[in-house]
Amino acid sequence: MRKDPEHGKFVRRSVAGALSAAGAALLTFISVAILFIILWHIFVNGIGSLNADFFTKIPKPYGETGGGIAQAIWGTVMMMLLAAVIAIPIGMATAIYTVEFGRGRFADAVRFAVELIAELPSIVVGVFIWALVVRNFTGFSGVAGSLALAVIMIPIIARGVEEILKLVPDSLREAALALGTPRWKVVLFIVIPTVLPGILTGIMLSVARAAGETAPLLLTALGNSFFNFDFRKPMAAMPLQIYTYAISPYDDWHAKAWASTLVLIAIVGILSGAVKFFTRRWKHESQ
Amino acid sequence: MSRSNQSRHGATKAPAAPAATAATAAEVATAAVAATAAVAATAAVAATAAKDPSDRVFSAFVAAMSAVVILLVIGFVLLLTADSMQSIRKFGFEFITGSVWNPVNTEINRMDFGALPFIFGTVVTSVIALLIATPLALGSAIFVTEYAPSWLGKPVSFIIELLVAIPSVAYGIWGLFVLVPLMRDSVEPFLQDILGQVPVLGALVDGPPFGQDLLTGGVILSIMILPTILSLSKEIIAQVPRLQKEGMLALGATRWEVLSQAILPYAPSGIIGAAMLGLARAIGETMAVTMVIGNSSSKISASLLTPGYTIASAIANQFTEADSPVYFSAIVELGLVLLLVASAFNIVSRFLIARLAKKTEAADA
Amino acid sequence: MSPNDGQAMRSAAPEGQIMRSLSDVVQERGPSLPAANVAGKGVQIRKLNAYYGAHQALEDIDFDINPGVVTAIIGPSGCGKSTMIRCINRMHEVVKGATVKGSVLVDGRDIYASDANPTRIRRNIGMVFQKPNPFPTRSIYENVITGLRLNMKRKPKREYDEVVEKSLRAVALWDEVKDKLHASGTALSGGQQQRLCIARAIAIEPEILLLDEPASALDPTATMKIEDLLFELKTRYTIVLVTHNMQQAARASDITAFFLADERHIGHLVESGPTRQIFMTPTDKRTEDYISGRLG
Repeated sequence: MRKDPEHGKFVRRSVAGALSAAGAALLTFISVAILFIILWHIFVNGIGSLNADFFTKIPKPYGETGGGIAQAIWGTVMMMLLAAVIAIPIGMATAIYTVEFGRGRFADAVRFAVELIAELPSIVVGVFIWALVVRNFTGFSGVAGSLALAVIMIPIIARGVEEILKLVPDSLREAALALGTPRWKVVLFIVIPTVLPGILTGIMLSVARAAGETAPLLLTALGNSFFNFDFRKPMAAMPLQIYTYAISPYDDWHAKAWASTLVLIAIVGILSGAVKFFTRRWKHESQ
Repeated sequence: MSRSNQSRHGATKAPAAPAATAATAAEVATAAVAATAAVAATAAVAATAAKDPSDRVFSAFVAAMSAVVILLVIGFVLLLTADSMQSIRKFGFEFITGSVWNPVNTEINRMDFGALPFIFGTVVTSVIALLIATPLALGSAIFVTEYAPSWLGKPVSFIIELLVAIPSVAYGIWGLFVLVPLMRDSVEPFLQDILGQVPVLGALVDGPPFGQDLLTGGVILSIMILPTILSLSKEIIAQVPRLQKEGMLALGATRWEVLSQAILPYAPSGIIGAAMLGLARAIGETMAVTMVIGNSSSKISASLLTPGYTIASAIANQFTEADSPVYFSAIVELGLVLLLVASAFNIVSRFLIARLAKKTEAADA
Repeated sequence: MSPNDGQAMRSAAPEGQIMRSLSDVVQERGPSLPAANVAGKGVQIRKLNAYYGAHQALEDIDFDINPGVVTAIIGPSGCGKSTMIRCINRMHEVVKGATVKGSVLVDGRDIYASDANPTRIRRNIGMVFQKPNPFPTRSIYENVITGLRLNMKRKPKREYDEVVEKSLRAVALWDEVKDKLHASGTALSGGQQQRLCIARAIAIEPEILLLDEPASALDPTATMKIEDLLFELKTRYTIVLVTHNMQQAARASDITAFFLADERHIGHLVESGPTRQIFMTPTDKRTEDYISGRLG
């Protein structure tokens, strides 16, 4: 058979192929294992400290055990809400403009700017708000923290909503326009309601991302060990609390840091999972 | 697209250029407002292509809101530059080349801000991160797209990509309490055992294993950039035209030969682009790194087992102490450096990947 | 049938008459007989069923492909002709989820046997694709010897040079490229690229050569050159040609197989036989409808 003179080389080639497949599988296994290892540690180390006090009380003074991170939970919620109030209109307006109205260089500039901001290191966002707002207007404050979070959220919302709006077929818009509806009504009352679930998932995604951000808050909200509902003063947030506790020398605080991480991961995980679930169902329906 | 933007940015930047030399935020703010007005006016003019008056109002409104993002970008660059001016004027290029970072003026050591140790730390940790993450990510991308059946490939890549959703501070705490002891007690001594006597490489593992050092910083970064490189690599491998793969197969190539001889040579720029994007992310990463890297500004040494700073961790650690204007300005300048470097890598990366996409489209035409 | 008959036929065609009737074309070719000394192996397809996931593309295909002749597979789009040809060198299953049931015997051995190795089978069966696909990162020279470098032990440069010249001569490309062998494979025209791909395929001396609509992306002159090539190559390889162009089948093939998809979009072999007979006196009405333009 003609195959014979090539047989030796073919065996070597098959072995090389099998080795590479095994190598690729091993690298993949390592990558997957890393995720599980990290989640495992967070779960095991954090679960023990989750109790009612954890969610309802504020931290005890240095060195004392007990207490909780209630003020950080509230702080996160409050700053997220203010950030969302700022970011959602701007993000949505940007998406609406680029998809529904913008042609030409201004729209290109807007898109490019969104890309640039999306890729900014979050510490740079923190430095910007620190230099602009904290140093000149408000000092370390919840408002500054919200502004920093808003800057991070805007491009995520803008990009997500832009993709969703692009999924709406032009025939829908044209049908409404043909009835004499002005453009803005078409956008607000016809296009957007059609894709509202998709828009909400885009917003959820930005919330999931902003909830975990620490660096920008470090330079703006600074953190607080007490309840603070005044946006003009430093405000606590869960990621900040984790950081402060983790680098402290106290074991009790370390345990609380793990527990806070667990809660944070759970929130981020649930939000991201919901986003993925709805996106899949959404894409499925629109096709 | 970027070319037309530059001319537009140039046009709106021209009136704002004088503001770049002013040092106060108030002047920057005025310039910014002027820029917004110019930009929104242009947009409103563009929007008057709409005929219905209520449409004109709405589109002008939406355009003005969108102008905020452009404003933000301009504001970032202007403000960071303006506030760094004091430090730039005082230290000039030595900011980047000098290795003494001394915020306090004493009789013996005058105040000096040389960021080289931070830059060094950023470079070293990012390079380590790339060296570890790229093979892992590429190998996983290859496995998932070429070897695994789809019932296995899709969930596996989904799981690995979940790594991107984990917040930085969670990596930080895991790094601090799990990775650092592991490195200090097992991995670094092991590396010292095998590399210690080797002529050049031995210098890399010199000194007592702290655990909190540049090497650990690199390792934690590698985990964080792994999913980025993975998802881009997957796309790139999938983009290689089917005709190329099948042409190789039809000649009797094994799957690995199709990969190594048809796919990977087709897309090297794409893979480099993916790695660059990972690099851009690594450079800007703060919390996880700052919790494991030791944060001490000692001399720049060859050993990876020394604690250090990255630019980002330096900012995070020192901003509360920026009492003097020069110190403040120096920290802002660090932020500016980060901004420019990370953006540069991002732009190059997107360019490389877009170029590959164009090449693939042309091949399919 | 000598290699020059193709050219003789074309020069005999009256100028300006572009669309000649198929029966004219077929009649001029004369009776189809396999050439005297044939290399190449026969292929027997038995009860072949092919699927893309749950969707069946081909049902119960039974037919024989003989060495020494060009076998054309024709039919309207969607009839499964590409699927059919890709089943012969086990390329069909490369697509995720695609499966095959049944047998394809080459030289008496079933290539779908459980102990058969698809990689080796593909090495012995050459394939040319619808669009020319020279490897862009390789030169013309390297493209031709890709198969040799993959499969065979390292040879001295002299031997590679010989193979390159022999293969490029066989596809009538040698004179055109001999001075630029180290230029990129993509620097050639479409027709030249396709001939390069044929040269690449025959450089490793396959037993069978499959061509999946090789001229569909080419202009008429380039198409002609490819068809002329087939006349010469069929003495050395068993050739299977998929084409959507009936004129091409009539011109270039000796045996024709007509495929058609039924209402369930499943492809069947309607009939096969000497090209002359299929085009002039088809047995099945569906074949007649297709040939005369009523179908597809």
